Amino acid sequence: MIRIGDAPRVRRLLIGVALALTALFLLLPLVAIFAQALMSGIDVYWQNLSDAYTLAAIGLTLLVAVITVPVNLVFGVFLAWLVTRFEFPGRRLLQTLIDIPFAVSPVVAGLVYLLLYGRNGWLGGWLDANDIQIMFAWPGIVLVTLFVTCPFVARELIPLMQAQGSREEEAAVTLGASGWTIFRRVTLPNIRHALLYGVILTNARAVGEFGAVSVVAGAIRGETNTLPLQVEQLYQDYNTVGAFTSASLLALLALLTLAAKAALEWRAARRETAT
Amino acid sequence: MIAQALTRRRERRVLPGFGLSLGISLTFVSLILLLPLTSLVGQLSQLSWSQYWFLITDPRLLASYTVTLLAAAVAALFNAVFGLLMAWVLVRYEFPGKRLVDALMDLPFALPTAVAGITLATLYSSNGWIGRLLEPLGISVSYTWIGIALAMAFTSIPFVVRTVQPVLEDLPAEVDEAAMTLGASDGLAFHRVILPYLWPALVTGTGLAFVRSLGEFGAVIFIAGGKPYETEITSLMIFVKLQEYDYAGASAVASIVLATSLLLLLAINLWQGRFIKRLHGGRG
Repeated sequence: MIRIGDAPRVRRLLIGVALALTALFLLLPLVAIFAQALMSGIDVYWQNLSDAYTLAAIGLTLLVAVITVPVNLVFGVFLAWLVTRFEFPGRRLLQTLIDIPFAVSPVVAGLVYLLLYGRNGWLGGWLDANDIQIMFAWPGIVLVTLFVTCPFVARELIPLMQAQGSREEEAAVTLGASGWTIFRRVTLPNIRHALLYGVILTNARAVGEFGAVSVVAGAIRGETNTLPLQVEQLYQDYNTVGAFTSASLLALLALLTLAAKAALEWRAARRETAT
Repeated sequence: MIAQALTRRRERRVLPGFGLSLGISLTFVSLILLLPLTSLVGQLSQLSWSQYWFLITDPRLLASYTVTLLAAAVAALFNAVFGLLMAWVLVRYEFPGKRLVDALMDLPFALPTAVAGITLATLYSSNGWIGRLLEPLGISVSYTWIGIALAMAFTSIPFVVRTVQPVLEDLPAEVDEAAMTLGASDGLAFHRVILPYLWPALVTGTGLAFVRSLGEFGAVIFIAGGKPYETEITSLMIFVKLQEYDYAGASAVASIVLATSLLLLLAINLWQGRFIKRLHGGRG
């Protein structure tokens, strides 16, 4: 069989250009992060990592992820169930609304939360009077992170659940299964991989969000700095090695995310060829 | 009548959980998405039209629109070409390290934007690994619009690759064969046969990359340097106005950014919908 671009000369040229560009634009930056972090040796690297402010930033980042990931997991599953299993007016609108966080610049996301909960905001006066601090504190960071990461799980589930249809679940209903049983025994096994992938994406974004968080965090060292904000502050302080040390943790997490994604896809492909 | 309609609707809902999932979804969407967005509308409603117009046509802001649009357009075009090449190579050829290259394509989505930002700024600074090589050639990337375009291009790499790749995988082999047996050259066959087939996916991916680039913040600000009238992107202008406690100004700019990206996203969805309809013989 002859196919377009199969001549050895064309093939070698295209693969060569593709690999060169990938090395320049993707691989080199990745290598640079670790090279910069380890520039002054491994001892300095550990010293930078065990800095009190960096540790506090790691703690806060974990807290944000631990809250936002489960909340958006639950929301994503319910939303996907709603729009793929039922017909109702406004279904399309709901699906469009959920795309807003993808389209909006993260700075705008931060701004709207500041307008709502900030000192001069709609709820700001009431919050102030009751001594509740949301902006420039961790609850604000959690809220904007919920905003920017809310589409990921639903976006992974909706196309899949739509394609699978609801016949299996309907069969379970006629057999008298309860809602929870249907979800756990029928739906969940079918959507397991997509759900896991959605969670991985949500987690990556929750840990790495910068624009939205930088608007509402107020950059108080050791208190409201997440890891990406800590990276920025160290970089602005001309502490390049320190900045890249924190950055290397985030890069490591990115690599784990890519590996998890590749593993999920590999398993899905293997299952497809097995059946 | 109404009772009948209601029971009919009831009957169609065989599966449980409608009320619960509707309740949870609406509560979440209202509290997390809509309520904060209405506060923007509330803030803007305090402005008169002439005040609003004055705020959004500030010369420094107009310069930022130009830089942002120009850099995002260049970044999207770069990604159209690069994404098409990568999708082609990953689908059509076998070579060592292919799985690794495929996985690397998603790096820009997995890597936090601030990390991408400081890395690119360091690599392309005048004493960085790449900047050092470019300086003798008279090309400076840091603190210019080229740097902004570069950072935008980096963060939006996956869009074109990942929209074109599945379409190319589904392309039947006969299409190639027919073109080649009729004696067309590689270039002609690609241009006349493959490209029209990939066009909808390519435009969608490029459009998404453009929208993402317009809103990019974390990756851009470090390499851009933020010189007024020269390398300030529009997202940064919102940030600057907030630091000056100019909430009205920040909201006015945000409304422009928000409206632009929503309109573009709507246009992309409509465009995509048209093609899906055509592919399924008129049924969408």
